[in-house]
Amino acid sequence: MKYVDEFREPKKADALFRAIEKLSQRLKKPIKIMEVCGGHTHSIFKYGIEEILPEAIELIHGPGCPVCVMPRGRLDDAISISLKQNVIFTTFGDAMRVPGSKTNLLQAKAQGADIRMVYSPLDSLQIAKDNPDKEVVFFALGFETTAPSTALTILQAASEKIQNFSMFSNHVLVIPALKALLDNPDLQLDGFIGPGHVSMVIGSDPYQFISQQYQKPIVVSGFEPLDIIQSIWMLLQQIVENRCEVENQYNRLVEKTGNQVAIATMNKVFENRESFEWRGLGEIPKSGLKIRAQYAQFDAELKFTLPNLQVADHKACLCGEILKGVLKPWQCKVFGTACTPETPIGTCMVSSEGACAAYYKYGSFFHMTKKMMLDKEKLRA
Amino acid sequence: MCLGIPGKIIEITDVKQKLAVVNVGGVKRQVNIACIVDEQHSVESCVGDWVLVHVGFAMNRINEKEAMETLQLLEELAEAVAMDSYIAIPNDS
Ligand code: SF4
Repeated sequence: MKYVDEFREPKKADALFRAIEKLSQRLKKPIKIMEVCGGHTHSIFKYGIEEILPEAIELIHGPGCPVCVMPRGRLDDAISISLKQNVIFTTFGDAMRVPGSKTNLLQAKAQGADIRMVYSPLDSLQIAKDNPDKEVVFFALGFETTAPSTALTILQAASEKIQNFSMFSNHVLVIPALKALLDNPDLQLDGFIGPGHVSMVIGSDPYQFISQQYQKPIVVSGFEPLDIIQSIWMLLQQIVENRCEVENQYNRLVEKTGNQVAIATMNKVFENRESFEWRGLGEIPKSGLKIRAQYAQFDAELKFTLPNLQVADHKACLCGEILKGVLKPWQCKVFGTACTPETPIGTCMVSSEGACAAYYKYGSFFHMTKKMMLDKEKLRA
Repeated sequence: MCLGIPGKIIEITDVKQKLAVVNVGGVKRQVNIACIVDEQHSVESCVGDWVLVHVGFAMNRINEKEAMETLQLLEELAEAVAMDSYIAIPNDS
């Protein structure tokens, strides 16, 4: 496939790895690089990139998986909507297994809730048109990549005067989350791999504060293996040369100022919430999007009464520390035993974009044992 | 969740609603192209464009020239590495 296959070519990947190997010998100390986006986490594991990198480079898997950061209380709200009479609840497939405080959407469906998986918010709107006597709700999830699509869907529902359609908005924003991470003293990072498709919408300019205020390098990256490996190479060059800049590896899709039409659409329909709770990270100011008053009739939070409770995370679950990159999945007591992708306890085990599920599915045993031995040695020392 | 797939716009099906048929890896899909249309780029002129498709929407055009340049740079790196002439010493040190 064009724009995919060329970016998977082994010969180029091999050259990049050798260049990285050479450069890494110039590092004064081991470094930690965080890939913010769950899509990158998925690719890194799928192609085994982590395992081929030199010892001195450690990848930290960040919080950029919208499903993983969904707090239990919001899930409970979604489930309560889906269980209401006369409601058809539509969602992306990723959200089905995300645990709420007691159940998940899959279990609600088994209890008789009419829950349908859709590929696009437009499919959900179509279901509303086909079922005028039902209330159709779309579970709107995702970062800035997805928010313009849901905004356009609301605009279309408004122009067609559809009465039985609404959205439960859980859209979250990357920049406030990055700020929260950078302000966390536990976190020691040397650089970031920036999210490619969020940046296709917002541009690469909004990351300037990372290099200017926090003196960290960031490279916005595509999702194919060559994209990610090249981005690591670019970051390494910055670190070795003592630079910290915003660089763009993904310039075939990302511009400095992003996609103005998409940004304008998003701003037309959504506004910032004062604050939004992220699983594991807690409340982050201005980090979530809610539907503007002008489109209130499409806001499921206003249309239905919701439990709207904050629920603490499961006691055993270390998702918060894992999302921040402070701990590794295998350091969680229930990893791979009580908590698996089939029976997830925490959100990081649900989607293959979450660090726990990625390690569970792809993490080679060898790699994990090696790291565990190292951890033990460190403890002994 | 943020993933997208490249595809080529082959036909406009609805100018007003900004809908097009996109060939995504051999599969034809109806896609909303509102995000890639503005005064400089009308709906009709989108045919032939390569775009990134995400949840049923074309989110941005793919820049062919930039893609070629990225690959070119990697090609040069591969040659330098093969000839063992890749020097990992920054210019300023
Ligand atoms: S293994 Fe499960 S319970 Fe433990 S941190 Fe990961 S998702 Fe949470």
